[in-house]
Amino acid sequence: MIEDPYLGKYITCVSARSTDKEILQKAQDGGIATTLMVYALEQGIIDGTIVAGEGDRPWEPKPLVAMSREDILKARGTKYSISPQISWLKEATRSFGLDKVGVTGVCCQMQAVRKAQLYPINMRDVPDKVAFTVGLFCMENFPYKSLQTIVEDHAAQSLSSVKRMDIGKGKFWVYTNRGNVSSLPIKATHKYEQPGCHVCLDYVSNLADISTGSVGSPDGWSTVFIRTKKGNEIWSKAVAAGMFETKPIEDVKPGLDLVTKLAKEKIDKNRKTVEERKSFGVNKALRNPYA
Amino acid sequence: MANKIKLGHVHLSGCTGCLVSVADNNLGLIKILDDYADLVYSLTLADVRHIPEMDVALVEGSVCIQDHESVEEIKETRKKSKIVVALGSCSSYGNITRFSRGGQHNQPQHESFLPIGDLIDVDLYIPGCPPSPELIRNVAIMAYLLLEGNEDQKALAGKYLKPLMDLAKRGTSGCFCDLMTDVINQGLCMGCGTCAASCPVRAISLEFGKPQGERDLCIKCGSCYGACPRSFFNFDVMEEFESISEIIAGALK
Repeated sequence: MIEDPYLGKYITCVSARSTDKEILQKAQDGGIATTLMVYALEQGIIDGTIVAGEGDRPWEPKPLVAMSREDILKARGTKYSISPQISWLKEATRSFGLDKVGVTGVCCQMQAVRKAQLYPINMRDVPDKVAFTVGLFCMENFPYKSLQTIVEDHAAQSLSSVKRMDIGKGKFWVYTNRGNVSSLPIKATHKYEQPGCHVCLDYVSNLADISTGSVGSPDGWSTVFIRTKKGNEIWSKAVAAGMFETKPIEDVKPGLDLVTKLAKEKIDKNRKTVEERKSFGVNKALRNPYA
Repeated sequence: MANKIKLGHVHLSGCTGCLVSVADNNLGLIKILDDYADLVYSLTLADVRHIPEMDVALVEGSVCIQDHESVEEIKETRKKSKIVVALGSCSSYGNITRFSRGGQHNQPQHESFLPIGDLIDVDLYIPGCPPSPELIRNVAIMAYLLLEGNEDQKALAGKYLKPLMDLAKRGTSGCFCDLMTDVINQGLCMGCGTCAASCPVRAISLEFGKPQGERDLCIKCGSCYGACPRSFFNFDVMEEFESISEIIAGALK
């Protein structure tokens, strides 16, 4: 077990991508989150999973309890806006009647799941029915109106024409269905970030069973941390079943150095914000959830 | 095996649903009663008539201050207990009894109800209406480790119980508006949706990723704030979720 101050605890880290061509068609990166949940469903490790499905507006995510491969695949692709994944966590064990719940989400949502497991407050049955969590790397998120502003004003694209969005190499990228590509410097998006993200001290979903993200691996591939015993068991089986191509993370560029660098940047910056909240007013502090 | 601790259930103005939640640990409760705790007082389950000495008192319900006996009972509970736990939202925050205002037969003067923390010092809250069986179980095991464990176990129990002790220090009000005043207004909400899952009356939805409360539906149980990962998030415990879950499961084996 490796215990890294910025990357959390993990057993191994690899670069990987799905071998399922259909999943890869619309996956954001290596199709890891989708493939893992589909595999877990098919193997009976989970009987349903919370994913970020399509919402009522273009590129507005909406949490969904998916109980089929088809529904899981609907959630492919990053939506850079808030999807309150955990709002379905208890209901998944109620009207959906699930025994083994899967959860996908970003770092703070993995934190919410672990808190509900250790300190279930009006969360009866949840602690023992969370069966598998897959967490995404996350630098920050945007309210829907922010996303609209970024795409429609800064990138000058119509949201309904967009095929894919991506943050990488210092830019926010917008790809349209008809093949156009627009980008804007990530710096221009900073003021639209969700303020609650500025106190977040987790980049690579430290509390997930398995976490995955694009940074560190080449395009079309994902960087994957296998963290818990459960995560390790599922990952090993899935690899043995031929679900993934993998490479040791040491053999890929830019590799873990870049992941560590970005994790450190995020955590150091946000630690400073948490610190500054202590003297935000005159002899008055803002609240610190970590105190 | 170290000594068993003395556990009691004190029933004030509550509905016994908290005790049902205790019992809904099923064989886990029997295991706890076999190995870790003696139930020395519980009017629902045993015929001990008066409040005895207790290591841990699980107090359910709020206090009607026009009912002399109830007021005496909560004071007696404090006097006789090492650790007083407000079990459930009535005891912690008043909950539905916040809406009591008297005028009903045949004690129309029984109109004022307070959470126990307004009458005595409370060590720890288990919020929830109903409280989750698993949280009650965890607190019982951790209280045992705190009182009877070795140094490592005491340290673990201390850090596990701390946020629930902090909730007891924070105050005696619970409401949807906690999410506004202490999370959103404080620049801490990140739209995870946990509050909506925890609300027992579905008073919370998320509009554009932020909580929207139906305050006329809210029964003031304080669950949403308690469950919110931006109310308390103690990394020292959370990062150990795997091993702590194993310890709890191991204790119940």
